Amino acid sequence: MAQDSGTRTLISQAQLRRGRGRILYWTLLAVVVVVFTLVFLGPLYWMVTGALKSGQEIAQTPPSLFPKDPRPQNYVDAWNNLDLAKLLFNTFYYATGAVLFQLVFDAAAAYSLSKLRPIFGNLILGLMLATLMIPAMVLIVPQYVTVIDLPIVHINLLDSPFAIWLPLVANAFNIFLLKRFFDSIPEELMSAALMDGATPLRTLWSIILPMSRPILGVVAILAMTAVWKDFLWPKLVMPSPETRTVSVGIYAFAGGTPMNVVIAASVIAAIPTVIIFLIFQRNIMSGLTAGSVKG
Amino acid sequence: MAIIAVPGTDREPGRPAPPRPTGPARTSLGRKVRDNLTGHTFLIGAVACFAVFSWYPMIRGIVMSFQRTRRGETTWVGWDNYSRIIADPSFWPAWKNTLYFTVLALVLGYAVPFFVAILLNEFRHAKGYLRILVYLPVMLPPASALFLFKFYAYDPSEAGLFNSILKALHLPTSEWMQSPEMTIPAMVIASTWMNMGSAVLIYLAALQNIPGELYEAAELDGAGIWRRIVHVTIPQTRLILALLAMLQIVATMQLFIEPLILANGAGAEDSATSVAYLIYQHGFFQNDLNGAAALGVIMLVVLAGFSAVYARLTAKQD
Repeated sequence: MAQDSGTRTLISQAQLRRGRGRILYWTLLAVVVVVFTLVFLGPLYWMVTGALKSGQEIAQTPPSLFPKDPRPQNYVDAWNNLDLAKLLFNTFYYATGAVLFQLVFDAAAAYSLSKLRPIFGNLILGLMLATLMIPAMVLIVPQYVTVIDLPIVHINLLDSPFAIWLPLVANAFNIFLLKRFFDSIPEELMSAALMDGATPLRTLWSIILPMSRPILGVVAILAMTAVWKDFLWPKLVMPSPETRTVSVGIYAFAGGTPMNVVIAASVIAAIPTVIIFLIFQRNIMSGLTAGSVKG
Repeated sequence: MAIIAVPGTDREPGRPAPPRPTGPARTSLGRKVRDNLTGHTFLIGAVACFAVFSWYPMIRGIVMSFQRTRRGETTWVGWDNYSRIIADPSFWPAWKNTLYFTVLALVLGYAVPFFVAILLNEFRHAKGYLRILVYLPVMLPPASALFLFKFYAYDPSEAGLFNSILKALHLPTSEWMQSPEMTIPAMVIASTWMNMGSAVLIYLAALQNIPGELYEAAELDGAGIWRRIVHVTIPQTRLILALLAMLQIVATMQLFIEPLILANGAGAEDSATSVAYLIYQHGFFQNDLNGAAALGVIMLVVLAGFSAVYARLTAKQD
């Protein structure tokens, strides 16, 4: 995908390179770049600088483009009053665990379904994929009831990170992505390893996983950002102030906190995902389209 | 999909595949049982999680909707939970708002990304930059983005971002979330801004798979830009368009965090209450998990209805 400028699209290359077409192309490109920057980056600029303004300045009309008297104190207040260090640590901890659990269990399951193909494998895959059709909101109540009293073992998982980690393993999209990738690894490699006497675990570890780094990266990033963005589930299963995630923590404080401080906290909460995105944007974007378009 | 290519797949094409291990050991019953056991051992972790956190809750939700639990005692109550939830004065407003949001989000959040993708696909410059811009809001935690909209964009005074733009353009300003008529459109704007990036990228990938010859041929036949979109682009991306429409309906029907943060849940005169918010209200504030489960089942049935219509429509076209 991406920068193959040779292919023909809606409007032909030749038309865009000549006379009127060329002028039109560059004008349109300039307009789109400016409009997109304003629409998508503008609000973020407003957010970062707005959180630097004082209460009076934010309420004035017309609003000022630059903070007249920048108050970094808002960010400091947000950090201290909301105990953001703790909230960010919690979120990071849940996200890291979620990545590990999903990589281990989902990759093992996808490997089994793709290469070992045990009996009833296709039925199990079908039942997993069927969960993609069930909207999360429909399951929220019975899932909550399950988590506060696990069947058979009767353990309450509230405020335990497992309440976030384990339900995320049940992610059919991950298994589908991984299985499809494993399917494309040639069968000869598997049989060669078997001939050399390698166990299935050894084959997975030394042959399949090293070849699958790109897709494992995609799954890891998707898992990380999913935890960072999630709101309702962590709000329900992490009720104590000590175990909250950052989004839930900010929401809980929003009522009694000055609005600029809430925005400053929101900016801080958004920084990690934005950094992850800027570093891994190619992987994220390819992971997004991998599931939907034949590659 | 350059990034997700398997290294070594196309190596040494002429070499024959090594012979599969054969012999009596491979076909023996003991070996078969052992192979299957190994296979299931690798599956067990994921299957257990699916069983406990997906398959079982699905059944439990349906069972719960016909029961009532009071002071630790559970009894069968038939359709009581359903009649109670339907009698809730917020029930019909919640459905009206959710459907209104879904329709408006389809008009705005569905058509706009498609045309943005068509536009971006024509550019030979700044492609990477524009893509990053469109996708950036998708990466923000929704709570962060919605506080930005709530406090800065939808400030009902003239100091708000949207109101100052409207005022500069000499257009009437709005009360946004304080006015019942504007509540849903304002939520759709915020939601589209936050989510359209993924749709744009998926469309872009689909557009890149359209063979250039089709446009060439259409142009030779004298088709203008608009006719080329209608007769080449849309038919060629029909499957993705249909799939995303379905996914978007499922997503917007679950509208929850927008009303919760932008409108403090219900909004002015129940103008923001959504079905998902009503589930949350009943389940976690009114101590009525059974009623919430019943509403969940109703939502599932409605969405299954949409899916059936969708399957009918897409099957007819093929």
